[in-house]
Amino acid sequence: MSVEARETREMSSTDRIEKRIEMRASRSRVWRAISTVEEFGTWFRMNIDGEFVEGATVRGKVTHPGYEHACAVEMDIERIEPERYFSYRWHPYALDPAADYSAEPKTLVEFILEEAEGGTAVTIIESGFDDIPLARRAEAFRMNDGGWAGQIKNLERHVS
Amino acid sequence: MSRSRGAAALRAEAVPVFAALGDETRLGLVGRLSVEGPLSITRLSEGTGVTRQAITRHLHALGDAGLVRDERRGRERVWELNLNRLEIARRYLDQISRQWDDAAERLKAFVEDD
Repeated sequence: MSVEARETREMSSTDRIEKRIEMRASRSRVWRAISTVEEFGTWFRMNIDGEFVEGATVRGKVTHPGYEHACAVEMDIERIEPERYFSYRWHPYALDPAADYSAEPKTLVEFILEEAEGGTAVTIIESGFDDIPLARRAEAFRMNDGGWAGQIKNLERHVS
Repeated sequence: MSRSRGAAALRAEAVPVFAALGDETRLGLVGRLSVEGPLSITRLSEGTGVTRQAITRHLHALGDAGLVRDERRGRERVWELNLNRLEIARRYLDQISRQWDDAAERLKAFVEDD
């Protein structure tokens, strides 16, 4: 994609996140890391059941320390263009086992691979945050690394 | 939280906000005020199983952190969010953005490690 898709989608500053990072690895290597559940799960820190196939919904358990009690993450695989583009939709920050996220809109996560000097440029875009209820966004503060208590400690360390 | 400001200013502003939101009841109040707009204490207590007195204390804690403010409307006092929507949205996005930074770094390390 998506140069044109990116250009036509003029979004607010609160709707999307975009990251671009260059890696000293071939496009096929990076593609394997993104498009296979085993490898994706390794670096993303998630145990994923199923296969990444267009139209499939796969479930993953976050293996990140501190997220052991989080609920399973569902990824709706949207589009796969080998060595070029991979996208899925999910509920961002939907880790609270007591919450029902099913009625909420999902965000779109896209991985775009491009040749770069000496390797591959990976662009990661997550968009659609403006459709997430504000109360849910406020709640996410609590979910972050042990919640606000942990944040205060981090901040104390940072500023002292 | 601008980087150009001093650490002391950052701490003075951020710590009370973090602390005020670090409680389920208070977070719930912020959530309701952000969705439903200004509400009276009576309305905010309804269905929570928390007493009006407790709700009042929580609102004052949020007020001290600058997150809510109260206003007299006719015979009633209503509480409203003093934190603008954009601020909530930005902080939320910053948080997810940091997670993507970490994930992207892990992906890079993973593919470069071979």
